Parts: sequence; structure tokens; C-alpha cells
Amino acid sequence: MSENDVKTNGFKVVGTRPNRPDGTDKVTGRAKFGADMAAPGMLHAAIVRSPHAHAKIIKIDTSKAEALADVKAVMTRADFADGLTGGDWDVLENIMAGEKTLYDGHAVAAVAATSPLAARDAAKLIDVTYEVLPHVTDVDKAMVTDAPIIRAGTADASVPEGLHPNVVRYHESGHGDVEQGFADADLIIEDSFKTEATHQGYIEPHACLAQMGNDGRAELWCCTQGHFNVQKICAKVTGTDASQIRVTASEIGGGFGGKTAVFIEPVALILSRKSNRPVKLVMSRAEVFRATGPTASTSMDIKIGMTKTGKITAGQGVFRLQGGAFPGAPSDLTAMCAFAPYALENVHQVGYDVMSNRPKQAAYRAPGSPMAAFAVESVIDELCNKLGLDPIEVRLMNASKQGTKASFGPKFDRIGLVETLEAAKSHAHYAAPLGEGEGRGISCGFWFNHGGETAVSLALSEDGTAALSVGTPDIGGSRASMCQMAAEELGIPYDKIRTTIADTATLGYNEVSHGSRVTYASGLATIKAARDAVDKLCGRAAAKWGIDRDAVFWEDGCAKPSGPNAGDFDPIPLAQLTARMGATGGPIVGHFEATPEGAGVSFATHIVDAKVDKETGQTSVVRYTVVQDAGKAIHPSYVEGQFQGGAAQGIGWALNEEYIYGEDGRLQNSNFLDYRIPVASDLPMIDTVIVEVPNPGHPYGVRGVGETSICPPLAAIANAVSGAAGVRLTQLPMSPPRILEALDQQASG
Amino acid sequence: MSKIHVTTTVNGDETEFLCDPRETLLDVLRDRLSLTGAKEGCGTGDCGACSVTLDGRLVCSCLVLGAEAEGKSIGTVEGIAQGEELDPLQEKFIEYAALQCGICTPGILVATKSLLEKNPDPSETEIRYWLAGNLCRCTGYDKIIRAVMDTAADLRKAS
Amino acid sequence: MVEVNLWLGLRTFTGGKDKVEIDAKNIGELLKGLADAYPALSPIIEAGVSVAVDGRLIFNDLTEPIYPESEIYLLQQLKGG
Repeated sequence: MSENDVKTNGFKVVGTRPNRPDGTDKVTGRAKFGADMAAPGMLHAAIVRSPHAHAKIIKIDTSKAEALADVKAVMTRADFADGLTGGDWDVLENIMAGEKTLYDGHAVAAVAATSPLAARDAAKLIDVTYEVLPHVTDVDKAMVTDAPIIRAGTADASVPEGLHPNVVRYHESGHGDVEQGFADADLIIEDSFKTEATHQGYIEPHACLAQMGNDGRAELWCCTQGHFNVQKICAKVTGTDASQIRVTASEIGGGFGGKTAVFIEPVALILSRKSNRPVKLVMSRAEVFRATGPTASTSMDIKIGMTKTGKITAGQGVFRLQGGAFPGAPSDLTAMCAFAPYALENVHQVGYDVMSNRPKQAAYRAPGSPMAAFAVESVIDELCNKLGLDPIEVRLMNASKQGTKASFGPKFDRIGLVETLEAAKSHAHYAAPLGEGEGRGISCGFWFNHGGETAVSLALSEDGTAALSVGTPDIGGSRASMCQMAAEELGIPYDKIRTTIADTATLGYNEVSHGSRVTYASGLATIKAARDAVDKLCGRAAAKWGIDRDAVFWEDGCAKPSGPNAGDFDPIPLAQLTARMGATGGPIVGHFEATPEGAGVSFATHIVDAKVDKETGQTSVVRYTVVQDAGKAIHPSYVEGQFQGGAAQGIGWALNEEYIYGEDGRLQNSNFLDYRIPVASDLPMIDTVIVEVPNPGHPYGVRGVGETSICPPLAAIANAVSGAAGVRLTQLPMSPPRILEALDQQASG
Repeated sequence: MSKIHVTTTVNGDETEFLCDPRETLLDVLRDRLSLTGAKEGCGTGDCGACSVTLDGRLVCSCLVLGAEAEGKSIGTVEGIAQGEELDPLQEKFIEYAALQCGICTPGILVATKSLLEKNPDPSETEIRYWLAGNLCRCTGYDKIIRAVMDTAADLRKAS
Repeated sequence: MVEVNLWLGLRTFTGGKDKVEIDAKNIGELLKGLADAYPALSPIIEAGVSVAVDGRLIFNDLTEPIYPESEIYLLQQLKGG
């Protein structure tokens, strides 16, 4: 697709703010989430979890639990398929431990009983004998010579010799000559940064309802970002044919990347198979914290050189990511995103993926990018301070543009970073005076976005309405934008279209809702499926008129004659064509099945004012503005919502949220009281500016918006807090104790 | 273990159920009465997704035992709309896009109704503190607060 | 022949080169050609890579065409949250 094929104006439905189609369901309590489904004869399951960070499983005695009348099935790792290798083995090992438990909370066994209480009681009776092993939970400590080895032989060929076996992936990229670049700099700043693991913090715990017979046929209802992926993984680990497992995605109560992984569904399926009853399995909040994916924690070294006028001459970064007891921490993405906003002649970045005795990290909104931005943008801010330069002007001077060689290699296509910086510079917030004790922070952020396998079908009804089936779970209102895009193409009203998240038996494979791909990829698929349906409608009109298909075009919901036949026949509205479709060739269904590959990358610039109480170390966010390139906002309210949500999560990550492990390797704050996400009284209103620089890879120019919004906040807030406190904060979260410590250190010189 | 017989009123309807002495009011609403509007986000009273009213008082139903409902009157999200008519607050939440995933919405609606009954003219700060016990991870609260303020303004105009 | 730019970490597998030439008309042929010419790259490619063609990031599609004048970068697999 070329830029010229992108429709950028003349929209009738796209860009408006209709009520979401699932609005009434959501405000009345009618919407069915993961834990809201029940089945006749249903059992309830509970999982037994390791209390040790690292231990050998010597024996699992299930006899006491099995002796209870209420208990209908008990299972361990032995009930799963064997012979899995590589990534599939990792997934299974994380679902239920084999020979060793690898982190506090690692599942060991499970039980199904006639009530939730009976299941919980029975789980307590399962007696597991452990041999406790030495553990490590800190990224830097996991890399030193005498660190306990999580799993020998996990490292891939990329890892240079001489590194600890816990270092399992190595990334190195860049271009130019950084030494020459540093030699050309007037000022070089080098600093080290750490960020703690944070959890995606979705309010809905993982939940599912499973039914599987000994014939291998299964029905599964669950909250997930990708039910096709759930199907694939359940088939592998239970040894079943994928097509025999029909998965229906429930409404999903938040995911943010954390519900791209599979934890409990195969357990429920196996318990169901063993008991011959439907089984419901719902995680507790503590289980969610202990045993689902938080982010990686990081340790990073950054060195940047700048001239007196603000030109960045070289950038260098080392990024160590702790990703839990399995390979997969996004150290490569962290490295690749770190300097992406800037056009650098000399740049070099190294990433290490490090294993430790923590739960396997899962994707969290632009995985890896926010941490990198925190480190890099903090150093740029410090350079601006020391050189007396305006932070937005410096970023504008160095900003990546179309044609810039990106820090990760290729040239950028059309991008909107400069536009976000210009909009931030001219925003009233940037000119507003700061109050007493306040600091202002700026940061840019970058994310790749994603396309992925996508299948959509659009069936027209006899009455001229349309049923759109998509395979990407709706996490934040995407059914509204799908209806808008279909309405735009078909020329019928928004509320004449119903969008359904179809089950795995209904559509071809759809990749999970991740990588900010839904409005981009399912949107593109919806537009193309609608165009496919329109093509068929035009064909029916052409046949009726006895003219060529090419002499018919679609406008305002009607087939119209064109060219030499223009004006010869009255336009035929969609509903007239569908009313007779059975007699004119059969049902009309538009399709799209492909892997769209034009997800445009996206940039944002955030401005934040923060106030620091130097007595208590408490920070309050006083004012916040998000400026981000959305390409094209299909439903501006939900685009703003993504901007605001990303900023709010970033505020939590920057100021409060962290996984706290004790010396014993156990998670100490596995509840919302001690793992404190932002509450309403913590936050100000969050201003948004939607910049629209069309993505050449989407028919309407859409770029994904969900993830980029969490990239700048960590750094923007760190820059504001450092300004307000008068001391540079290099470790997240900037909780009151850390701020007081930094102030004390500064005072003691 | 023998179960407890409880007679209570839920959204105006007299209701009876049997429950285990350890079951919470939330368990009872969801598992025994099939009222799944109230959600369990934490089970420890930290997230507010299970908010209901108990004799008019806003509570986390995960912190109340089912047996405690004896003789009380319970209000849940399912009771907010009047027949097919949505409450103005519900309308406003849809109009303002004050929800993304919607899992916190039932609790926030129950909590907000409770606020507006006590204080028809709350300031932004009062709303933020009242709702500080209702976690929302998606929205950053901005559109929720605006929806509540606008609902309150409309209700004041109407009265 | 197309010139393929590799990330620096891959030099270990190509005898120190971060640019190599491969005869390929689409991404599938390119990845196969790379693995044939530099067998040590096979496990990395099999584990998953993305390719940038003239600045467009291609995540999955092996049929994406490439031309001698195309700017080609091999990238680590891109994914999201």
C-alpha cells in the first residue's frame, strides 16, 4: 500500500464518538467476564503452589486430598503431555513444575472439588516434600560467578563465552563509531539505572471454565488476550488436537500484555477430563501476583555525549533484564527502543536476558521500552540541565524523521515524532509557570507496534444489517471502532452493525490482542472484508442492470452505475440488494484472512509537573499532558483513554509499584494494599493531544496507540521529580524512602 | 458442614439462600444467587470491584460474610437501572467512555450512586477520595471523574 | 543478490561480517539463503526474526517481495504486550 492509498478525509463515521456497543452490558453487570460463567454439575479447582523460590520436588502425596468425598480429581505434572521441547516445554514447565519449583508461587499440583471452599481445603492436604535450593532474585546478583544456576544449558548461541549460565540471550546492535562520537562531544554523562518489576495489575484475575471429555473434545471459556493462542497451547500441553478444543473468549477485565500468556486453562481441562465434569478455575489476587507475568526488572548503564548546542554525538547503553525463571525477557527490544527517537550517527546498545528465581516475565504494554526510555531520557535531561538547553528544543534538534537511520538499523518510514514535540512545545502546559517545590519533566517514547495473523468475516443480513466477526478480544472498546470502520465502508449506520468476538471454531487463526495491533490489524481486516462484501454487492447490482461489474461503484450505502452507464439506473441501497441475495447468488459475506505487515511505528511526548515533599519524600503528580501520534483516531474517546491509561500506569511504575522479594526469595507484597497501583485520589486529570500523521500501512492511516503511551512516563516523571527534589533519581520506583535516601545522600555530599 | 439459612432482600426482592459460614456475601451473590455483576478483583477489600450497599451503606462484599446479610437489604449493580431505563449515571459512563475493560465499572457505579445520594454536589477532590477504594487500571480515572461530575450537575439541574 | 544488514551480535556467526549478500526474491528465500550460507545462524532464524524492507517492519510474512535495491535489515523478533 502506498501513502496515496490512505484515506485521510471525508470520513462520516470514523473520527466520531458513538456509544460503545457493549456499553449497556458493561454498566448493568450483564457483561460476562472470565469468572462469571457457570455450567451444570460444575466443579471448582484450586492450585497448590510452591512456598520456595527454588526447590527440588522430592515427593507429592495426594492421598489425603483424594480421600475426601468432595474431591473429584487431583493432578500433577505427570498428567500433562510429555515430549515437549524448547519454548513449548517452557510454557508447560511454567504452568506446572516438573522436577524443580523455580519461583515462589510456582504451581505444583491441582485439585477439583464440589465447591471453592472444598477445593481450597483439599489443596492444603496435598503434601509436597521439597529439598530447598539456593536462589537468586536480583538481576545483577544473578549474573555473578557464584550465583545459583536456574537451569544449565538454557543459553542460546548468541551468548558470548564467559558469562554466567543465567545469561540466556545476548543482543548487540548499533552503527557508527561511538568512541569518535564521544570524542566529538562537549559534555558526556554516564549513569546507571535500575527499575523494579511491576505487574500489569489488571483488576480481573485469570479465570476459566473448562469441559473436556475422554474423547478429547473440549469447550473452554476464559479471559484472555488471545483465545486462538490458548487453543494452541492447551492442545500441545494436553496432547489434544487443536481443532477439538473450542475456545470462547469471555469479556476481559484488563490484560495489558499479561493475558497473552497461558497459566490455568490446561489445568482446568485436565481436571475436567479426569473428573468427567466441567471445572471452573479462578486465580486469587495473590496467585496473580506470585505466579503470572510481571515485567522484567532491569539494571542499565547509559552514556551519552552532546555538543554545547544540543546535538547528540553518541549514545551507548547496556541493558540487563531479569525475566524470571525462563528465557524471554525483552532485552533485545529494550536495546532497540532505547535510542529510537533520535537520529544518531553513533549508537551502540547491548542487551542481556537474565534468568532468576522469579515468575516468568510477561509482556506489559510496549515490553522493554519504558525502562529504556527511563534511562536514556534521564541522561538527556541531565545533559540539557548542565548545558542550559531547552529539553524540547534538544529533542527536536535530534528527532528521528522519515528517512532517518533508526538506532535499530533501517530507515524510518513516515513517522510523527517531530509533530508530537511541536504540539508539546506549543501546549499551554509547557508555558505554564511551576508552583513552589514543583519540577517539570519531558520525555519521548517509542514503540514498534504490530500486525500479525488476522481473520475477519462480515456477513450481511437480509434486512441490510451486518454481523462482523473478529478474532481479537476487545480489551478497551475495540468493537466500537470495528463497527465504525465497517459502517464507513458499507455506508450504513454504525448501529446497524454488530461486532462479535468469534470463538476459535468460527474464524481462522488470530494472533493475540497485543502489540497495539487490534485497531490496526483487525481494523484493516474489517475494512478489507467490507470492501470484499461491497464488491459482491456491486456484482449483484451489475447483474441486475446487465452491465459490467466495473461499471458499478459503491457510494453512501448504494450501488450506482458509473462511466457510460452513469445515470441510467437508480442507485440500489444495500438493504434492497441483501433482501434478494438468496435468489441472486446466495449469501453475501466479506472476508479477510492475511497477515498485515504495515503496522506503523509510533512516538509520544509527555509533559509532567510533579511536586516533591522533602519532609516525607512523597511525590504528587500535579499536571500531566500526553501528546501522541495515533495515525488516525477512529474513536477519539478510546484513543484518549489509551493515552490516559498508559500515563496512569507509568505513574504507578515510576512512583510506587514494585515487586518486593525477601531474603527468603518469597514475594512480600502480593496484594493491592502493599502493591499499590494509582487510585483516583493519586492522580490529576490527564490532558491528551492526538496527533495524526497517517500510517502508510493502513487504509485510514491508523497506528496502534495502546502501548506507546506507557513509554515516556517513567522518564518524564523522573525528570520532573529530579527537578523538584534537586537530586537525580536513578532507581524506580521513586517511592518516599528512595527519595529521602537520595536527599540524605546529597546532603551528606 | 451444615449450612446457614439466610433471609435477605436483594435489589428489593426478598431472597433466601443457604451458605457455608465461611462464604462471603460476594460468594453468595455470585455463586448462589447468580448475580455476577459484583466482581472479585482481590478478595481483601483493596479493589472495590465487589462494592454493594448493605442497608444503604457502601461495603466491599468480599469483606462481609453471607450470613451477615440476614435481615438486611442489599443493593448491587443489577439493581441500578429501573426496568429498561438506565440510570443517568449509567448513561453518562457510556457517553463519556468512562470504562475500557469494564471490570471495575459495577463497583464504581455502586460507589458513585452512594456518593451522590449523600452529596449531590461533590468537588473533583471529594469524588477522587470517595472513589479511592475502587481501582481502575485502564482509564487513569480521568473520564470516570468527568462522567461523575457531569451526572451530578445534571441531577442538580433536574431537582 | 540483495545486501542484508545484520545486528552486530550476529557477527559471531558470519565470520565478523555485519553485511552479507544473499540471492533472494522474498523474505522466505532470504532467511533460507542466510541459513544455508551461514549455518550457525539457523538456530537464531528458527527462534524467530523480523525483517525490515525499505523501512517497513515485516514480522511474519515470508512472501513479502524484496529487490536488489531494497534496504534489508534483519531484526530480532518483534512482539508486543
